[in-house]
Amino acid sequence: MGETIQIVVTVNGRRRALDVEPTATLLDLLRDDLGLTGSKACCLVGECGACTVRLNGRIVDSCLVLAAEVDGGEVMTIEGLAPDGRLTALQERFLDHGAVQCGYCTPGQLMAATDLLARIPHPTVAEVEEGLAGNLCRCGCYVQITEAVLAAAEGER
Amino acid sequence: MRAEALSQVGLGRVGHSPQRVGGRTRVTGEQRYVGDIHLADELQVKLVTIPAARARIVAIDAAAAQAVPGVRLVFTPADLPQPVPRFGPQFADRPVLAVGETKYHGEPVAAVAAETVEAAEEAVRLVQVHYEELPALVTIGAALDPAAPLVQDPSSRPGDPLAHTNVLREHRYGWGDLDAQAAELVVDHRYRFPMVTHFAIEPHAFLAAPDGSGIVVWSTIQHPYWLQRMLAKLLGLPLAKVRVIAPDPGGGFGGKQHTKYEPLLAFMALRVGRPVRLVLSLEESFQAARRAAAEVQVRTGVCRDGTLVFQEIAADYLIGAYADIADRVVGKGSYIACGPYRLPAVRIVARAILSHTVPSTAFRGFGTPQVIWAVESNIDEVARRLGLDPLELRLKNVARKGEVFIPGDTPADGDWAESLRKAAEAIGWGTPRAPGRGRGIALGIKLGPTTGLSYATVRLLADGSVIVSAGTSDMGQGARTVFAQIAADELGAPLDWVTVVMGDTAVVPYDQQTSASRSTVLMGSAVLRACRDVQAQLRAMAARLYEIDEAAVEVTRGIVRLPQRELPISVVLSEGLGPLGGELIGTGEARKEPVPGHPLGGTAAFYDFNCTAAEVEVDEDTGDVTILRYVSVSDVGTAINPLQVHAQDAGAAIMGLGHTLMEQYIFDEAGRIRNLGAIDYRIPTSMDLPRAFETLLVENGDGPGPYGAKGISEGALLPVAPAIAAAIRDGTGVAIRELPLTPERVWRALRERDAAETASDVQGVPLAEGFPMAARHGKPSRRRQHGQG
Ligand code: FES
Ligand code: FES
Repeated sequence: MGETIQIVVTVNGRRRALDVEPTATLLDLLRDDLGLTGSKACCLVGECGACTVRLNGRIVDSCLVLAAEVDGGEVMTIEGLAPDGRLTALQERFLDHGAVQCGYCTPGQLMAATDLLARIPHPTVAEVEEGLAGNLCRCGCYVQITEAVLAAAEGER
Repeated sequence: MRAEALSQVGLGRVGHSPQRVGGRTRVTGEQRYVGDIHLADELQVKLVTIPAARARIVAIDAAAAQAVPGVRLVFTPADLPQPVPRFGPQFADRPVLAVGETKYHGEPVAAVAAETVEAAEEAVRLVQVHYEELPALVTIGAALDPAAPLVQDPSSRPGDPLAHTNVLREHRYGWGDLDAQAAELVVDHRYRFPMVTHFAIEPHAFLAAPDGSGIVVWSTIQHPYWLQRMLAKLLGLPLAKVRVIAPDPGGGFGGKQHTKYEPLLAFMALRVGRPVRLVLSLEESFQAARRAAAEVQVRTGVCRDGTLVFQEIAADYLIGAYADIADRVVGKGSYIACGPYRLPAVRIVARAILSHTVPSTAFRGFGTPQVIWAVESNIDEVARRLGLDPLELRLKNVARKGEVFIPGDTPADGDWAESLRKAAEAIGWGTPRAPGRGRGIALGIKLGPTTGLSYATVRLLADGSVIVSAGTSDMGQGARTVFAQIAADELGAPLDWVTVVMGDTAVVPYDQQTSASRSTVLMGSAVLRACRDVQAQLRAMAARLYEIDEAAVEVTRGIVRLPQRELPISVVLSEGLGPLGGELIGTGEARKEPVPGHPLGGTAAFYDFNCTAAEVEVDEDTGDVTILRYVSVSDVGTAINPLQVHAQDAGAAIMGLGHTLMEQYIFDEAGRIRNLGAIDYRIPTSMDLPRAFETLLVENGDGPGPYGAKGISEGALLPVAPAIAAAIRDGTGVAIRELPLTPERVWRALRERDAAETASDVQGVPLAEGFPMAARHGKPSRRRQHGQG
């Protein structure tokens, strides 16, 4: 409804030209326009982190970013983490350590944890817990997620 | 050498922790949850609600909404068959849309289907609902007031002596003669448990599509077969024409057990002749499912030596406006209110009290956390009053393995004292601890399923790979992995050669439900039997092929053992199937039969048992509680997948920290929920964890499931609150009997303690004599050591 806005955005390395609603969020764009449903919707107010993606090198809650704002930008989603089908060390460690239960929060956790390790290659427990505090997991995998992140950091030294 | 190589086939699965089956798609974002599914030509549905809890609906004017471009249907109760169909797992009391009166904040009065979400949202804003707000009942006290309005129309409860009250049902259990017991001390207190919500990160989602002469419904439901039955009844269709597709839910915790908006969607889809799709917001999920609040009065009678002689419990549960499964929750939860103790006399009265709130439903623990909170806290109080060690008091009274502790029910099925000792040892119970710190211990017990029926099929394909069909829902607990491990082990296939098909009533045989921690025990046994059925067919096949007596053939794991030699299953299979190929199809069934006359309809299939110990530090200035150490010990029989068991226990404990420390619905005076959504309703994050956190298992192989497994995943949630409260008590001297233990509530209790202390001179409290752990600490402020992380 109403006027749409034309944008160009690179998602997981692919350039896309899109018409977006002025009210549409980046999460809407990813899930509804591009069919990239790996980014999840839960609270839609920036509190749960299920929708976490990387935008221009920084992680954001994609439910809080307007699609129109990402014009010219570069986005990476969970689908872009292992593009050739080979899991990253972090993805493997998540599975090894039981950091995935229902899996609904997992894409957001992985995007946030990948970013954390890029900024802090060898984090402490407290740094991991603080860094991932914006990603809720109702299955309560926090301990296992922290273990997985630390193990990935260890292995990637 | 050959035999050696063969013997390794199939080993190393049960009892080991391979990567989760279905894990890979969850870390790549490929996993499809209901909300990720779109159908060609679908319409988007949005619910119309009003900002009131209880209101009389005067009129619904849909004209303006109807006129929004893209809107295809504004669906009101008038569009439904009349009288408006009602449904519910226990009572058919919930209308598909509110009829005449809304009974809780968030109850839909109409719904819109449109080509886009935006059009549907705009139309929802334009639906004019004329209503008259009415007073709403949101507390137990208000609902029990003889002058209170009735939540449900008494005419809907014919022949029910309680129909003219807001008590939906009263449950009474007990044995022995309370009055004949010579108690030397009676401890009597009231405990409050808050109203909380499941907060699965995946909100509920539904799609419905007409399908020839039937219907297909996709749902985040935990019980697809129950939904199928309910829809068939509501729509007047045979079961075979109602197909429910239930992809793995993104967390269930009980909130997705029962039918919610699927009937509405089904009626709308049939009306417009197109698929319709509804994805709830988190706020709407808060208004779709929650846990019952409770007030529990506990009287515990005890001898001076710590022998319990009676318990009397009056548990009032505040359920919602419609029953959902809440009355069963009340009945089953309160049944085990006295815990795992040997008690000569017990009296339990529990009431399910209707109110103008969101219908409460199953939630991890199923009515038991409320009573365990109360009873375990009271036991702690008893120990302190007698000057006994709370651990010793429990060890003295806890039922021994094989001992009947609820007459007429399953005897104690574990060495429960072992769990207590293990938790105590891990927390350093009885060792000195720093000033200002307190330790608490508590235990929890819950009944497994009382009835059950699960079917499974296992197909051994020509190449030796396996397809398991099981109607369980894997919502994170890991049932898919456990079934794959069982099949891999029994049939000697590599784990990644096993596919587990779930979640489609048209494809997978019947399973009663996924609840009560049943799936490993019941469906796991069905899968095991189906594998053994395949093994029997292999034996017959080998006997025929090698012309020997069937009795001389043995099939274990991946190997067919003949008198003179051993062959891998795959060799026998390919020879036996011959040039046409094909497969062997095994079926398995597991039942937990009802017991006529049993108050719950059946005895416990097993008990979910946990002991939890914690050490805390309380900030005397802010009331902030820091959990320094936390130990959770579960009696699991056998851990088929230890990693998953530990993760379930840790998850249950963290979920328990939610209602213990921070979670609760808050209402305004008109019954509207004031803290809908993630900003105002906080759940535990990675920053709320105990500083040191340990989950331990007791494994004695004494469960009824495959290889001695018991059900798990609820037990570890039960004792969280009483253990933490006891630790706060131990550290500060204040007993708090209402959850959650927010900093404000703790702070107030500390100030009341200070005021009482000043008033009563410096005598100390008489409760604490004798037992050193209960000794009150001096007053000086004990600050939390911040920030050396
Ligand atoms: S959905 Fe974006 S933060 Fe919750
Ligand atoms: S794994 Fe279920 S919410 Fe995190």
